[in-house]
Amino acid sequence: MNETLLDIRGLKTHFHTFGGLVKAVDGVSFDVKRGEVVGLVGESGGGKSVIGFSILRLIDPPGRIEAGEIVFDGEDLIRKTEDELRAVRGGEIAMVFQDPMTSLNPVYTIGRQMDEMLKLHTDLDEPARRARCIRMLEDVGISEAESRLDAYPHQFSGGMRQRVVIAIALLAGSRLIIADEPTTALDVTVQSQILKLMRRQISERGAAMILVTHDLAVVSEMADRVVVLYCGKVVERGRTEDVIAHPAHPYTRGLLDSIPRITDRQHRLRQIPGTVPDIRKLGKGCSFRERCFRAQPLCAEQAPKLAPVRHSLDAACHFPLEESEA
Amino acid sequence: MLGYTIKRLLQMTLVLFVVSVIVFLMMSFTGDPVFMVIPIDSTEAEIEQARRLLGLDRSLFSQYWIFLTNLLQGDFGRSYVFRQPAMDLILERLPATIEMVLVAITLATLVAVPLGVYAGANPNRPASRGIMAGSLLGISLPGFWVGMMLIFFFSVRHQFLPSSGRGETIQFLGLRLSILTADGWSHIILPAVTLALATLAIILRITRAGMMEVMRQDYIRFARAKGASRRHILFGHGLKNALIPVVTIFGLQLGDLIAFATITETIFAWPGTGKLLIDSIYRGDRPVIVVYLMLTAFIFVAINFIVDIVYTLIDPRITVK
Repeated sequence: MNETLLDIRGLKTHFHTFGGLVKAVDGVSFDVKRGEVVGLVGESGGGKSVIGFSILRLIDPPGRIEAGEIVFDGEDLIRKTEDELRAVRGGEIAMVFQDPMTSLNPVYTIGRQMDEMLKLHTDLDEPARRARCIRMLEDVGISEAESRLDAYPHQFSGGMRQRVVIAIALLAGSRLIIADEPTTALDVTVQSQILKLMRRQISERGAAMILVTHDLAVVSEMADRVVVLYCGKVVERGRTEDVIAHPAHPYTRGLLDSIPRITDRQHRLRQIPGTVPDIRKLGKGCSFRERCFRAQPLCAEQAPKLAPVRHSLDAACHFPLEESEA
Repeated sequence: MLGYTIKRLLQMTLVLFVVSVIVFLMMSFTGDPVFMVIPIDSTEAEIEQARRLLGLDRSLFSQYWIFLTNLLQGDFGRSYVFRQPAMDLILERLPATIEMVLVAITLATLVAVPLGVYAGANPNRPASRGIMAGSLLGISLPGFWVGMMLIFFFSVRHQFLPSSGRGETIQFLGLRLSILTADGWSHIILPAVTLALATLAIILRITRAGMMEVMRQDYIRFARAKGASRRHILFGHGLKNALIPVVTIFGLQLGDLIAFATITETIFAWPGTGKLLIDSIYRGDRPVIVVYLMLTAFIFVAINFIVDIVYTLIDPRITVK
């Protein structure tokens, strides 16, 4: 059996807006192996979520997938018809959205929304589907699951709703879960519960996960490998422990430095100077150069290509950090 | 629920009372009804006698008091012209109006909702733009003109459909109905289409606006990510969330059509209540007008009550108190 479950090559998703062409995803490549958790990291507007939606081909006009391949289990999703995709969506690849308050339909019961997933992707009869829904709710830590099936989303708290959303995503036995900032909208206390829950449920089922987040701390806990995005491009990717311990790209270094540490009260928290540039007005050269402490004249001339730096680590930088520096 | 119903019933009583007072006052400004019922060559004494007979010699307040006390005993007054109970006159004609309105609003809804869903879900397609342009036409063309054009085309030019009357009717549960005979249908179709047009356009536009809003929501995207079919996303997930304003407008339009189908009924000589209202206004037949407008108010209040209940069926977050 092939190790690679999902292989994204040269993905370009662009938005043709009135303000100009937004290259939200501009030549992104990475892969996900079976049972693996890959973290997609970057600041807001870095194109992380767009990648998730591109995989399921849920990009609406003015957005368009311009180029690239999304090979899932040997088949290119870009070439599939809408009907073929419907079997993949929810069945093979499921998604967990950022905001649990809005991702459930307010006019249907929890049970009905769970049942919909099973109706679409399994041949189970009604009692079997119901039993599976109840077991799944229990698995995600919802007590009195049977009576909760008849409840409506507004009767649940945010954390509970996200548990339901996760339950729906896991329900049909998908082999890949795309989690788009699954805990960002939740209380800090609930965040770690939900993350642990996802990690456990996913590994129990042998599924893989793409975890989209801006939070490197979350990634370091959850992910086997990390892909760091900046302005629609991959700037660094590698095994989590390598990236966290010795990043090669100055942007990753900056992200790591801006995580507050409870043990270090002496120093001011460092931050990356400046803001993400207007993605419509990127010139030639490296997009990060204006915020980069290592920028040289070359960086304004030529965009760096993603290349192996050391161990498992690839980075797109003319002057990557040495292991000893990082 | 019971408390809510009682509250609404009290409200309704108040509304009906206010309507009756306003109509009574208004009618007293429109001239002396006695001249509408007596022959032109009547003597002064005959006029006085007619006035006494109709109770018009009493003060307005005393007239209203008699009306109110009779009303509470179930007597809604008699038509000056027909010398029959006013309520009977109206109820006799109500089935004709109701059946025409029901055909019209069913037609309007069946066409408007799917088109509105389509236009709202695909706002940029040429077909959607066409639908929206057509709906503007439906709103802005006056009913009397559309009615006459339909008569001209289908009745005069092609003699395909009749232009007036109810056609053959059948007695059903004590009601005379046209929709149970083929001839009745051929009579009802033109007035119903005339009546439906504006309502169709309004419901279509409301449905589209609601769908455009709903289709942007996360739960629609989540439903797509589940692999639900386009059709189920539009009509299952989308439409139900867009339905509250549609039901509101539907209720208002339904009341409006029942109460004021006057123009259409006049054009097609449809013997409904709208025609009765116009005739009664011409004749100064105050009892009929008062009862008619009170019945109209009652219908509006009743429809709104039902609409409120329907809200709770559509959206579990809404409860009636």
